[in-house]
Amino acid sequence: MSDTVSPVFGVCPLPIFDHKQIVLGHGSGGKLTAELIEKIFLPAFANPILDKLDDQAVLQVNGSKLAFTTDSFVVTPIFFPGGDIGRLAVNGTVNDLAMSGARPLYLAAAFILEEGLPSDDLRRVVESMRDAAQEAGVQFVTGDTKVVNRGKGDKIFITTTGIGILEGNVSVSADRAIPGDKIIVSGYIGDHGMAIMSQRENLEFEGTIESDCAPLHGLVQAMMQAGAENIHCLRDPTRGGLATTLNEIAARSRVGMKLREDSIPIRETVRGACEILGLDPLYVANEGKLVAVVAAEAAENVLDKMREHPLGAAAVTIGEIVAEHSGMVLMKTEIGGTRVLDVMFGEQLPRIC
Amino acid sequence: MKYLDEYRDGNIARKLVDEMRRIQTRPWVIMEVCGGQTHSIVKHGIDHLLPEGIELVHGPGCPVCVTPLEMIDKAHAIARRPDVVFCSFGDMLRVPGSEGDLFTIKSQGGDVRVVYSPLDCLKIARSNPDKQVVFFAIGFETTAPANAMLVWRAFQERLKNVSVLVSHVLVPPALVAILSSPSNRVQGFLGPGHVCAVVGYSEYEPISAEFNVPIVITGFEPLDILQGTLMTIRQLETGRAEVENQYSRVLDRDGNRTAQDLVFKVFEVGDRKWRGIGNIGQSGYKLRPEFRDHDAEKLFDVAQIATIEPTICISGEILRGIKKPHDCPAFGTACDPQHPLGATMVSAEGACAAYYTYGRHLKKERELVSISTGSAA
Repeated sequence: MSDTVSPVFGVCPLPIFDHKQIVLGHGSGGKLTAELIEKIFLPAFANPILDKLDDQAVLQVNGSKLAFTTDSFVVTPIFFPGGDIGRLAVNGTVNDLAMSGARPLYLAAAFILEEGLPSDDLRRVVESMRDAAQEAGVQFVTGDTKVVNRGKGDKIFITTTGIGILEGNVSVSADRAIPGDKIIVSGYIGDHGMAIMSQRENLEFEGTIESDCAPLHGLVQAMMQAGAENIHCLRDPTRGGLATTLNEIAARSRVGMKLREDSIPIRETVRGACEILGLDPLYVANEGKLVAVVAAEAAENVLDKMREHPLGAAAVTIGEIVAEHSGMVLMKTEIGGTRVLDVMFGEQLPRIC
Repeated sequence: MKYLDEYRDGNIARKLVDEMRRIQTRPWVIMEVCGGQTHSIVKHGIDHLLPEGIELVHGPGCPVCVTPLEMIDKAHAIARRPDVVFCSFGDMLRVPGSEGDLFTIKSQGGDVRVVYSPLDCLKIARSNPDKQVVFFAIGFETTAPANAMLVWRAFQERLKNVSVLVSHVLVPPALVAILSSPSNRVQGFLGPGHVCAVVGYSEYEPISAEFNVPIVITGFEPLDILQGTLMTIRQLETGRAEVENQYSRVLDRDGNRTAQDLVFKVFEVGDRKWRGIGNIGQSGYKLRPEFRDHDAEKLFDVAQIATIEPTICISGEILRGIKKPHDCPAFGTACDPQHPLGATMVSAEGACAAYYTYGRHLKKERELVSISTGSAA
């Protein structure tokens, strides 16, 4: 146990582990997930498109630019306030495509069903997928189904794969943020994660927290009206939340960020629920919000376009890109102190007291 | 948010800091006792607001950090058993023992569950009559009443399959240990607000008198901490050493009598080992003998597990306020929350983990300070 530690520090009082088994934190979207990708997936699959590590691949095919992505959905409970696993599976993939600036076109769906799942539940999920696909203007064009023994799955797992097309002068990527750019968030953060958490843990808060699950490509198209070339980065802050997403952009673009805590929109109910559980809303998942890094001179115009769209009504500038402290996200706190927002390590855990 | 935003008001914060500047004539070292206070200080950047020369050092009040490695190994030995449902507060799950953490045990098939209240174990026990449901009862006086309630209810309902693994510690003996140390630097304390909400603060009066040290029982919001710090500086500057109560909206001198009665019905005071500090006499709670049937340590025969804690990590000195996380060469390099070398890196409330979480491992500290005094976006 001591051979992985420099002799300067002597024998390690606690073991350094390389995980011999997968733990839940590997799926949290935080540092452990990054470690998994870096140590297991990338060495096997590395290529210039994958190496960009965007949420979607942008492919040149016969002169067209296509966006291509896939995502698996596992959630307990499968029905929750503001959505269900089906709606999530459609919008999650639609949003991954939209964050490249693409117009989503077609989806594929693969279902892993657990023996004993009520057919009515499956029907509800599928109808919800149909409705979400209609809203998003995409079609399911292929799919697959498998059933596993009772106890070997958790009711239903859905994988959706999507393809979209990039049109016009769109060049959005997490490595395009430059000093001076403004950081915009499209609305209230933390809704989805806290909606799930309050259901899962049977916590009753005053006023239901509803998931923000929604397709974002319409909002992105509206933003592009302010000049596609002014939209430098787009990301939807899902697992790991706003803080993790901002860190990814800061790292990829090799820039720093300065935020103002009092400008970040968080609903009272979400803040309250987070306070009770000892969680930080900046690390809580969203399913219908985006973060945009836009050219300073276009920021007001982009904000106007966003606010005209129902999903961007509460859009606001939360900070700016700076040249200093590259890779670091700093936040001026409400009381005037400064805090660094780091990437989430693993699962967010409720604190003892 | 009502009842919270009032305590995070930047204008009032500035006024409190201005007042500190006005009355301060020399440097002072003040320890915040609670892990929750440490967390709040780094989360809100409070230490960067304070006047130069006012140094906050982080105390031993992180329940996860002071739980000895040996106790964690005992917990893991129990959690690995197929006949056990092991229940714990969330942040204990990531604490590594000699072999893995509770997450790892869960991934290997152990039935490990996060509960929000110890009383959740009663429900789990009723629906799993063939399993022993074990709760990891750690923490200070704050968590003791709910843990005691679990034991009391299980005892009354004759739920034989509920037990607790107790590693409860008390704040006052730790303060005495810190103040008695020849290397002590602490000149005043921000006392533990939530602990005193349970037990009151009369116990702190003899400590304040004996060691001639101000103790201001303080809350957890930014303005609580700033006001508590100001009250401590005011005492220090005027040569007073008293127990004062900043957190009067929550507690009084007597604390919560009902909670105390329950705690002493179930627990008695005994010796306890503290991680990073060692054995402190009469510094914790143990189950009273009549509840032995609910004592997991006896039920599972883990008493013989004795893990020797290596002395390399400086967490003991950090817990006593002698050193800060930065003073450790391993901080942020060989030691981080993913690979903690010591106690204070394992919980979000631990001083090292709190420093790390809020980016203090990045070698930008000096730059950070200069930025914090300038304007943000």
